[in-house]
Amino acid sequence: MSHEQPAKKPVVFRGGGFAPRRIRWIGLAVFFVLIGLMEIGTQTGFITALTLPKPSDVFGTFVHLWESGLLWKHLLPSVTRLAVGATIGTIAGISLGISIGLFSYVRAGLVPLVAAIFPIPKIALLPLFVIWFGIDEGSKYALIALGTFTPTVVATYSAVDNVDRTLIRMGQSFGLSWRSIVLKIVLPGAMPGILSGLRVSLAIAIILLVAAEMLGAEYGVGAYILEAGSLYDLERLFAGVAILSVLGVGVSALVGLVETRLLGWRS
Amino acid sequence: MDLQLEKICHSYGSLEVLSDVSLDIPAGKIVCVVGPSGCGKSTLLRIIGGLERPDSGRVVQIGEPPADSINPLTFVFQDFALLPWRSVRGNISLVLEDHGIRGERCDAIIDDVLARTKLSEFKKALPRQLSGGMKQRVAIARALAVNPAVMLMDEPLSALDSQTRELLMDDLISLWSRNPFTAVYVTHNLQEAVRLGHEIVVLSRRPGVIREIVAIDMPLSERTMGDAGLEAKQKYLWNLMREEAVAADKELISVP
Ligand SMILES: Nc1ncnc2c1ncn2[C@@H]1O[C@H](COP(=O)(O)OP(=O)(O)OP(=O)(O)O)[C@@H](O)[C@H]1O
Ligand SMILES: [Mg+2]
Repeated sequence: MSHEQPAKKPVVFRGGGFAPRRIRWIGLAVFFVLIGLMEIGTQTGFITALTLPKPSDVFGTFVHLWESGLLWKHLLPSVTRLAVGATIGTIAGISLGISIGLFSYVRAGLVPLVAAIFPIPKIALLPLFVIWFGIDEGSKYALIALGTFTPTVVATYSAVDNVDRTLIRMGQSFGLSWRSIVLKIVLPGAMPGILSGLRVSLAIAIILLVAAEMLGAEYGVGAYILEAGSLYDLERLFAGVAILSVLGVGVSALVGLVETRLLGWRS
Repeated sequence: MDLQLEKICHSYGSLEVLSDVSLDIPAGKIVCVVGPSGCGKSTLLRIIGGLERPDSGRVVQIGEPPADSINPLTFVFQDFALLPWRSVRGNISLVLEDHGIRGERCDAIIDDVLARTKLSEFKKALPRQLSGGMKQRVAIARALAVNPAVMLMDEPLSALDSQTRELLMDDLISLWSRNPFTAVYVTHNLQEAVRLGHEIVVLSRRPGVIREIVAIDMPLSERTMGDAGLEAKQKYLWNLMREEAVAADKELISVP
């Protein structure tokens, strides 16, 4: 009979992970490292000038754009189109999405219609919009509005469907009016879903904005990119693309800001 | 105001849930409803509170609710049903705003009910910052704010640990002793039933019919944990329910 101590060993840790943390600066660092690599590659000739422009040249183009005032001339109309079109589209989308969420008849009538419109590449309808709303701003607003409208509708009515029914029953049991139940329970309850839908639909709006401007606009980031592309002016092309990325990041930051304002109760 | 249930029957599709339930709910008394899982207790409560329409039978009010009662039939839900985006104060003002009570009067009511449920310090807290017991106290404060004639409580303490449950039971008893309210209290915890109930209604397994109504005459304030008389009642109730519970348990398994 042995009196050996049973072997001790620590329990292996196997938890952790699956919990996204907020780490600042890493995103920016990745970005700068990539740009740095591109710069080194183009400077040394490892990447030929026809493959990629030098990031420093692109930056120079950008500075020139800024100094000549051309930047604002292109950016302002683009931002206006985005703002007007996306505002119309999301407001209409949220209203219809809530109606679909609340009224069975609206749902039965319009959900198939929305499903039918959703997969149409909206850009294909631009000629139609030009006839309906004119070659100028009208058709661009309409295109962006329609492009943001459908995803917003779908996101909104699924968000309304997911509002906790016991909260609604609670409202009814305390004799709240229908209006109060919608405004104070359904709408705030659906807000997380609506805002995450907004992120997607605003990205779509930027894509449509550029497409619309490429098909017919004197000024605008899309027109600028198209012109650069047709001249194979890679520096200007990349400067234009960079502006779009910044626009995208800006819009996403804006939604993030709204989220922290409206959804502070969550975290 | 008394309530009277007259021959309530209810089914969900082909599933008969309640069958011929008649019951009196006298003013100022707590009526506990116990029964095996799935026997229709929550359904019965929703019918009493007008959230569901029975297939046949009706619930009648006898006499008028007190004039100062803002919402005569008021629920306290098992899962609290607090709006996570509103503070404790906001959750209570929610149910007052709609009845035209704002400003000073609203503040006075809120301060009063929060004091009665010992929540005064947590006025500005959000639900996620509160423990389960405190959330349920907020829900009780919200119910008290509308001065109900009848409180309809659906397993209000089931989501809480047993220590918190004891504390809240004491709170409910002291609330009732100071100002007797009428309540229908659904629970599957027999200990809660014998501590809080003036009458205990035992429902059979589905379809729920009333098997027996057990009255407990001992005043609420004299009922203590481990009291021999109450233990006997609890044992008696358990014997009543045992076969039903066993049968109900088997039934649930055999559901396709
Ligand atoms: N809205 C509904 N639609 C269809 N069936 C339902 C609905 N609500 C409840 N039921 C069914 O009716 C029966 C009674 O439900 P109820 O919630 O009233 O039981 P309960 O006694 O409260 O049970 P528990 O003790 O689990 O809370 C259950 O079998 C349930 O599945
Ligand atoms: Mg229940």
